[in-house]
Amino acid sequence: MQTDDRSAMRAKFARPAEQPKHSGMSRRSLLATAALLITTSGATARVVTKVLPWRPNEAYPVTPVVPGGWLFFTADEAAVVDAIVDRLIPTDELGPGAKDSGVTTFIDRQLMGPYGGHDWLYMQGPFADKPLPTQGLQSPLTPRQQYRQGLAALTAYCKANFGGHAFADLSNDDKDKLLAGMEKGDVKFEGFSSRMLFSTVYANTMEGYFADPIYGGNKDMAGWKLIGFPGVRYDYRDVMDNPNKTYTLPPVALQGRSAWGAR
Amino acid sequence: MARRLPRKDVVIVGLGWTGSILALELARTGLNVVAIERGPWRDTAADFNIGTAPDELRYGVRHEMFLRPRQETMTMRNNSSQTALPIRKWGSFLPGNGVGGAGMHWNGQTWRFLPDDFRIRSHMTERYGEGILPEGNHIQDWPVSYDELEPFYDQFERCLGVSGKAGNLKGAIQAGGNRFEGARANEYPTPPMKQGYSQELFMKAASGMGLHPFPRPSANLSSAYTNQYGCSMAPCTYCGFCERFGCANSSKSSPQTCVLPALVREPTFEARTECEVMKVNLTGDGKMATGVTYVDANGEEWEQPADLVLVCAFSIFNVRLLLLSGIGKPYDAAKDEGVVGRNYAYQTGSGSTAFFEDAKFNPFAAAGSLGCALDDYNSDNFDHGPHGFVGGASITNAYTNGRPIMYHPTPKGTPTWGSAWKKAVHETYQRVTSVGAQGSVMSYRANYIDLDPTYKDPLGRPLMRITFDYQENERKMANFMAERCEEIAKAMGAKTATINRLNGPWSVIPYQTTHNTGGTVMGSDPTTSVLNRYLQSWDVPNVFVTGASAFPQNAGYNPTGTVGALTYWALDAILNKYLKSPGALVQK
Repeated sequence: MQTDDRSAMRAKFARPAEQPKHSGMSRRSLLATAALLITTSGATARVVTKVLPWRPNEAYPVTPVVPGGWLFFTADEAAVVDAIVDRLIPTDELGPGAKDSGVTTFIDRQLMGPYGGHDWLYMQGPFADKPLPTQGLQSPLTPRQQYRQGLAALTAYCKANFGGHAFADLSNDDKDKLLAGMEKGDVKFEGFSSRMLFSTVYANTMEGYFADPIYGGNKDMAGWKLIGFPGVRYDYRDVMDNPNKTYTLPPVALQGRSAWGAR
Repeated sequence: MARRLPRKDVVIVGLGWTGSILALELARTGLNVVAIERGPWRDTAADFNIGTAPDELRYGVRHEMFLRPRQETMTMRNNSSQTALPIRKWGSFLPGNGVGGAGMHWNGQTWRFLPDDFRIRSHMTERYGEGILPEGNHIQDWPVSYDELEPFYDQFERCLGVSGKAGNLKGAIQAGGNRFEGARANEYPTPPMKQGYSQELFMKAASGMGLHPFPRPSANLSSAYTNQYGCSMAPCTYCGFCERFGCANSSKSSPQTCVLPALVREPTFEARTECEVMKVNLTGDGKMATGVTYVDANGEEWEQPADLVLVCAFSIFNVRLLLLSGIGKPYDAAKDEGVVGRNYAYQTGSGSTAFFEDAKFNPFAAAGSLGCALDDYNSDNFDHGPHGFVGGASITNAYTNGRPIMYHPTPKGTPTWGSAWKKAVHETYQRVTSVGAQGSVMSYRANYIDLDPTYKDPLGRPLMRITFDYQENERKMANFMAERCEEIAKAMGAKTATINRLNGPWSVIPYQTTHNTGGTVMGSDPTTSVLNRYLQSWDVPNVFVTGASAFPQNAGYNPTGTVGALTYWALDAILNKYLKSPGALVQK
């Protein structure tokens, strides 16, 4: 490998890829540059000696997702994802489901980050045709490719088998039957594994519904309220002192909660 | 071509628990010490800020602070007839990255192994005869005894401020502690953590069954503490963000809380981060190390000469560095010869999930080491004669967290989605607890690690290849333990208790444990070990290797307590023997 390739590769994985967007340059890379010392002999590294490195407010927050529009999905793709996640976690008497909690926005934004390209995973070939079930993820397809190709295959399947209709236009019954078939891998799409599409959307739906609302899903902490998770209160010594009691304080997220005037 | 840097006395590869402790103690003697760490610098205030740390998606699910598989991973297969494929995404275990290493993202369960664990082959043979040992085993006595390690366990526990209750003080059994533990010279540095409602039920049920439960030793501290290096910690708040996270409270013992604040003040210490060590350099005859070669953040190669090389990376990466450097004879499984990569072991997990009619367990009020355990079925604390297996498990009732992406249990038979799933999740979150068994894994000819013939890292070096599966002995043991866990779960008052057996082959998909051991085993015989009893390479005496890669086989506990004790044990040998007369501390 050429030195240039190697240094580009190292630069890529040496620092977190989720960066705040302020001031055009991330605080982290700024600091990394500032701390890049030249030793007497010319070696470059982040050198720490004699004192703990310290800069005020060095912790780097994630950039909060602002709902509205799509960064990765087309409007048609978003409509299909909306319809799928609405069946996986429906809105009912227990509260808002995935669609109404912003899970489609969550997935859209995640796909545009390092997750969407499997940027942090080992993606060098050769890729095996028949991996052992114990060997886990072995597909060369990134999540972005899975959504793009998988949603197209689902749309084509619906068109061919439901009189030209789109997935979103099917009855709830038909949607559920189709999703159950995809989950088991019984439904055969043209050119794409229905099971792979299901399992990726399913995993992302659970992530979006239960992740901190800062990522665009779990709006008003609906997922947390459903199960009784108080969020990031970070101090439960009182709970330990009062066993087997219902916890009554409302949940709090990284950006606070609505009663505090946060979004 | 690597450019050459000025010589140092000591070069340390990897700045986690063992590297940071060795760096501090050696720098304090005035030696010039440089630590080379491939990940970034990390510190509590900067990287584990309370406004960003409790983020399950970022750290728990996307693994932001772990080693990225793109940078380095391993390949795996269950046996040597199969073709290994890369672990493209972490699952079964999670190697750390950066300053603090796995000691930054761990749960903090800090155990001592039992006296019998250190002479398991002799002990089991004496009590039950050779026939009890499983087929194809490589079980070996450790070259060091519990009594020899005791003062060094104590030193490590004082460094961390471990919270717990002694069960055996100088031979006198203590109420409230683990009666099976080896004799301790001192009580734990801090008292046990608070326990929750579920642990109350567990303690009562287990005691009622004639078992001996106790609060497990924890490096999430029950109270404020200052250690021997003057580093201070605050009491744990039971926030439930330990494993996979950095602690924003300075309540979880880690190199960041316990060692680094003192280490960076040593004028003869220097850390170079984002620098990856390529190999340990040897003299022409291969009998001495001359230092290391590393690649810095810009991709430039540097040679760092040093008199003493301390290999302090995560277990599997220690093995890899030795193989890439040509230190020790690589293990050849086909011939059952060689030592580097031999005796790779892991840990079993089995148990019971308990569903209650009506309970408010509040699983979110948790800590990585919160929980109560019992050792009645660990090591040889029970008669193995009727069971036909070697080994045992610590059995625990605990909540390490209630983080909802990864923890939203439902009863068996619940649909995986839809309104029925939603209702079940709503009704179940507060009413589930578990009794789990973390078991030993013996060493075998069939389980080993070596260099993969196909897959490489971005620097062009071969990945490690893991060939591992649970053997019959481990399945028998784990399934025996699952039944014991189910008995306890029922006695706790569970409405239903499901049993979680160890059946299928080892898979990389579900998280199990980051307790990967072996590969640079310590021993008394150079034909079956890489390191002597002081963690010194048999072949290259100015190389020492720390960490769980030294374990001849794994015990039924988390490894970090023993990793720490071995570090202080080796340090003592370096300070009091090696530095006075550099050379082999044990003759071949």
